[in-house]
Amino acid sequence: MILVLVEHNAGKVSKATYELVTAARELGREGPLAALVLGRSVAAAANEVARAVDQVLVADTPALAAYDASLWASAVAQIAREGEAHTILIAAGRGGRELSPRVAVKLDAPLLEDVTMVKDQDGELLAEHYVFLARVTERVQAGGPVVVVSVKPGVYAAALPGSEPGEQFDVDLDLPPRRVRVTARTSEQKSRVALSEADVVVSGGRGVGNAEGFTELVERLADRLGAAVGATRAVVDAGWRPYAEQVGQTGKTIQPKAYIAIGISGAVQHLSGMNKSKYIVAINKDAEAPIFKIADYGIVGDVKQIVPAIIDALRK
Amino acid sequence: MNGETAKMRILTVVRQVLDAEASVRVVDRRVHLDGCKLVMDTMDEYGVEEALRLRERGAEAETLVLAVGPVRMQEALRTALAMGIDRAIHVETDEWLDAIALSKVVAQVAAQERADLILCGGQQADWDSQALGAAVAERLDWPQVTWVNALELKGTTLSGRHDVEDGNESFEVELPAVVTTQQGLNEPRYPTLPNILKTKKKEVRKEGLESFGAVPKLRFVSAEIQVRGRLGKILNGKDAPAAARELVDLLRNEARVIA
Repeated sequence: MILVLVEHNAGKVSKATYELVTAARELGREGPLAALVLGRSVAAAANEVARAVDQVLVADTPALAAYDASLWASAVAQIAREGEAHTILIAAGRGGRELSPRVAVKLDAPLLEDVTMVKDQDGELLAEHYVFLARVTERVQAGGPVVVVSVKPGVYAAALPGSEPGEQFDVDLDLPPRRVRVTARTSEQKSRVALSEADVVVSGGRGVGNAEGFTELVERLADRLGAAVGATRAVVDAGWRPYAEQVGQTGKTIQPKAYIAIGISGAVQHLSGMNKSKYIVAINKDAEAPIFKIADYGIVGDVKQIVPAIIDALRK
Repeated sequence: MNGETAKMRILTVVRQVLDAEASVRVVDRRVHLDGCKLVMDTMDEYGVEEALRLRERGAEAETLVLAVGPVRMQEALRTALAMGIDRAIHVETDEWLDAIALSKVVAQVAAQERADLILCGGQQADWDSQALGAAVAERLDWPQVTWVNALELKGTTLSGRHDVEDGNESFEVELPAVVTTQQGLNEPRYPTLPNILKTKKKEVRKEGLESFGAVPKLRFVSAEIQVRGRLGKILNGKDAPAAARELVDLLRNEARVIA
């Protein structure tokens, strides 16, 4: 069995989950494809994902009402053992990357982390992932009865649901007590397309001047293009933008079709979060800024003049 | 809390890695670090600093630093001692260990040392891995809190704030626990001369890898720098409307990424 952990929010299955389904189908490994849905009141998500997999395992219980790394890992490991899964695929978002190591340790399995490619090779799994702040591509191989794989979002194409829904099964779990108490939660939900799911990202750095400049330049251009909004660490630290928009080593790692960097000079830590984008566009007043070295298109000039001119040009 | 003394123990885990600003060299499909500028992983440095701050804010704690890896790790240990950590442990090995294998060593050292709190970097700058903290927590059957940007200790209750996918959470957890650290948590101090001098008297215990039974779970195959060919079409923006029109035309008709 290939086990895919379903990411879902408010009844919707994430795009990254459908990317896992594609990765599972392209593995070159035998066995039914099972999706595991964890949470409380998850029928909608289970019904949705059923159309993309062979079977859906559903653990719908109050104990899983809110995400917790230990509980999720415990659930995944139990289901993997019972179903004799040989491959476990988890989306490599924040949660996936902190729960997948726990699953690997529980199952005494290898962990292939944040992979951009994974396939069977003589009964083992061969994978590619980035190292050294995404500057080097490393190939690693892992064998054994079960391998845990976290897959980088945005690399594989999302699988399209078929017509024949897979069968659903309720599963019972023996869960550990919750030990981390969440006392407050700030969600930075935005009306725009999610950063990790967007084809086009417009991102701003210190060069936009201030929070108002960010809104005026970055958000306006993003809205004109139907794009997601990204930001540098400096901009988030300055309080101009929420953490959820941060791109880079300590934020999100994305590879959209187009990444439009406005007033971003291009620190290594930022580049590691976006340097695999298909096209990189840079607008910056400093012709020597490192961002231009990895840019496909760029304009050297004052962002306060260039960006409004672009918005204007888009109208034509 | 450990039973022998009233003091708690904070274990920090560090690595000596390539400086982020230095360029990476790949020879014969392997990364070579000889002659490159190496530094303590900045993500780990926030953990070292936080251990010292927790003590300075009143925690009765002994602070330890652990590194697993080749001789170059000693430099990171010495930096941590010079910042003020009490003693160091170096499990020396040239073996290529992945995070899951490495966590076996860290967990055993933590158990031997009766650590109450483990601090390590949220992501290793050499492997781009975020797995170590969580894997160590699982081996010890401890809770974990990742990507912390504020931390406070009252008795044996740890509280703070950390980043999650779409925002942040305030949390509380009882020790023992594993916490992973990141930029924004604190501003790491520079070693002072008196502290550097004291370092000479501090213990650096060396251990071999053999006794820990850590076997690599992954096999390294190859490393390469995949340079994505970039078009490098950089326009002069002196005439903003003209440059903007040309850029929009390129994005629409050449790259075909916008409508």
